[in-house]
Amino acid sequence: MAGVQVANVSRSFGAHKALDDVSIDFADGGFYALLGPSGSGKTTLLRQIAGFDFPDSGRIAIGGESVERVPVEKRRIGMVFQNYALFPNMSVADNIAFGLSVRGEPKATIAAEVQRALDLVQLGKLGGRKPHQLSGGQRQRVALARAIVTKPRVLLLDEPLGALDKALRVDMQIELKRIQREIGITTIFVTHDQEEALTMSDRIGILRDGRLVQEGPPEEIYDRPQSEFAATFLGDANIFHGNATGSGIRLPDGTTIAASTGASVPAGAKASCAVRPERIRISPGAAKPDPANVNTLTGQVSKRIFAGNNSTYFVDRFGQTLKVIVQNTGAERLAEGQPVVLSWSPDSTVLIAA
Amino acid sequence: MADQLAIGSRRGLKPALPLLLPAYLWLTVAIFLPLSAMVFFSFMTDLPLAGKEWSFTLGNYAAFFSQSLYSTLLFSSLRLGLEVTLWCVVVGYPAAYVLAKVLKGRSREAIFLLVILPFWSNGLVRIFSWAMVLREGGILDTALNAVLPFKINIDLMYSYPAVIIGLVHSYVPYMVLTCYLTLQAIDDSLIEAGRSLGASRRQVLWRVIIPLSMPGLIAGAALIFVPVVGSFMEPRILGGRTGTFYGTIIEDQFVAVFNWPLGAALSFILLAVVLIILALAAPVLRRAA
Repeated sequence: MAGVQVANVSRSFGAHKALDDVSIDFADGGFYALLGPSGSGKTTLLRQIAGFDFPDSGRIAIGGESVERVPVEKRRIGMVFQNYALFPNMSVADNIAFGLSVRGEPKATIAAEVQRALDLVQLGKLGGRKPHQLSGGQRQRVALARAIVTKPRVLLLDEPLGALDKALRVDMQIELKRIQREIGITTIFVTHDQEEALTMSDRIGILRDGRLVQEGPPEEIYDRPQSEFAATFLGDANIFHGNATGSGIRLPDGTTIAASTGASVPAGAKASCAVRPERIRISPGAAKPDPANVNTLTGQVSKRIFAGNNSTYFVDRFGQTLKVIVQNTGAERLAEGQPVVLSWSPDSTVLIAA
Repeated sequence: MADQLAIGSRRGLKPALPLLLPAYLWLTVAIFLPLSAMVFFSFMTDLPLAGKEWSFTLGNYAAFFSQSLYSTLLFSSLRLGLEVTLWCVVVGYPAAYVLAKVLKGRSREAIFLLVILPFWSNGLVRIFSWAMVLREGGILDTALNAVLPFKINIDLMYSYPAVIIGLVHSYVPYMVLTCYLTLQAIDDSLIEAGRSLGASRRQVLWRVIIPLSMPGLIAGAALIFVPVVGSFMEPRILGGRTGTFYGTIIEDQFVAVFNWPLGAALSFILLAVVLIILALAAPVLRRAA
């Protein structure tokens, strides 16, 4: 096992900068998600770490050893591909044995290791099957077993759950996490699914247009996004634009919003605030505002979406539509068209420099 | 649900008949009938033309077994078929690999065109242009002597290598096309998966790519081996005196000696031998594919 250091890595394809000076430290044994929209460079970064492609500049180290010019077959990595990439001409056991067999391990060792890997992914009896006889989830497990049986230093996963349906995906998330903990391998996971990134990883790196936007534990990125992009890409957020006052921002209509977390922006400069929809309290227009929730706005419910355990209200206010999520506690539900008061605490408000 | 089942059960040979009929009608008229006539001829003593006397006989088939010349020639034709097929693999497979996995866009189209070109040129023209290249004082001889500091004589014309060269040139497109199709169907991520597991490019080639392209190699080999065993044009023109093979003997019976019954009998023996070889190879080939 080993950590991975990516330092100032850039890679261009013609005029397109796929990676632009990206530096991330992947800690030993950690579970790391690279999150970003398509074209953000997350897969390019994974391919640089794997060794399928070499960076134009910058350094990549695995376990302290520089590898940026080492070809993939010498890097001792394990990779799970989006389409699993199982060898269709080989049985499940032969697929898993491939990495040990090209290394020239004795047959008895291979058989034992393959069986152990099959047991780890709970496919103990399916070694004789061909990949086309397996379900999507089973193929996923085979791909994982094949990637880890060689005891790689790093496990790289390229949107491995993208092809599975939702229920199976949740199962596999738990399963993948369990196996990762069990063998303690440094894992780098590329995904465009923010929920997957939040639930599975110790740390998340958000990429956009080849640049690292923000990096840190999921809670930190969710609670203290440093950019509008990070705020809206990871989770939902209401964004207010205005000018910094020193303790928050002033909206163009004069309303002030107090913020006690986030960046410090000099008064007068352009800034914005992000508030998560579940942090906002919504109450009927006549109700008294809660004194703890300093930030107060009035508006009108334009739409309500009932989703069982919660409801999402869309509240119109001077042309801006704000989103509020309310847990289903059995309290009175608000009707569309009803005037409402929105209130939230400065602690729930993140100041973002423009 | 019930409706769907009804539709499902109606699916059978009947709706397919209008689609199958033209092809099978054509095959019956154009291939089956003449071939049947040939089977008939092969059991006759002479052609029933100009009121000649004829009767049924097994003599034409017996001739094959009584004269060692025929089996010797058949054997050398089988060897020729095997060698040409092997050379087609050696030449065609790497070309197919580059076409399928390395080249992209316009350069792929251009190279593809060059591979297909022999298909579109007349067979005789192709063979005679090889004759111009291979003969003494021909293009190859002149070109090599212009470059090399010492005098050498390249006269490949009327030799076994000339026959091989001509046949490989004629048939290599089959190998390129069939291998190209299977290679293109191999997902690049399989190659990457192999390498991520520590396999060198060569190991990936032997353990992943070649096994997965076996169906193309086998299809190409079958498409090449069978006609080459019966070929007569290339051996006759490029092989000269050395170019006597089973195919040229059959051709002689039809165009020179006018012994159609013997020619027909020899053809069917060839067909039988080829079928037996393919049948014997089938289990091995099926496992490989």
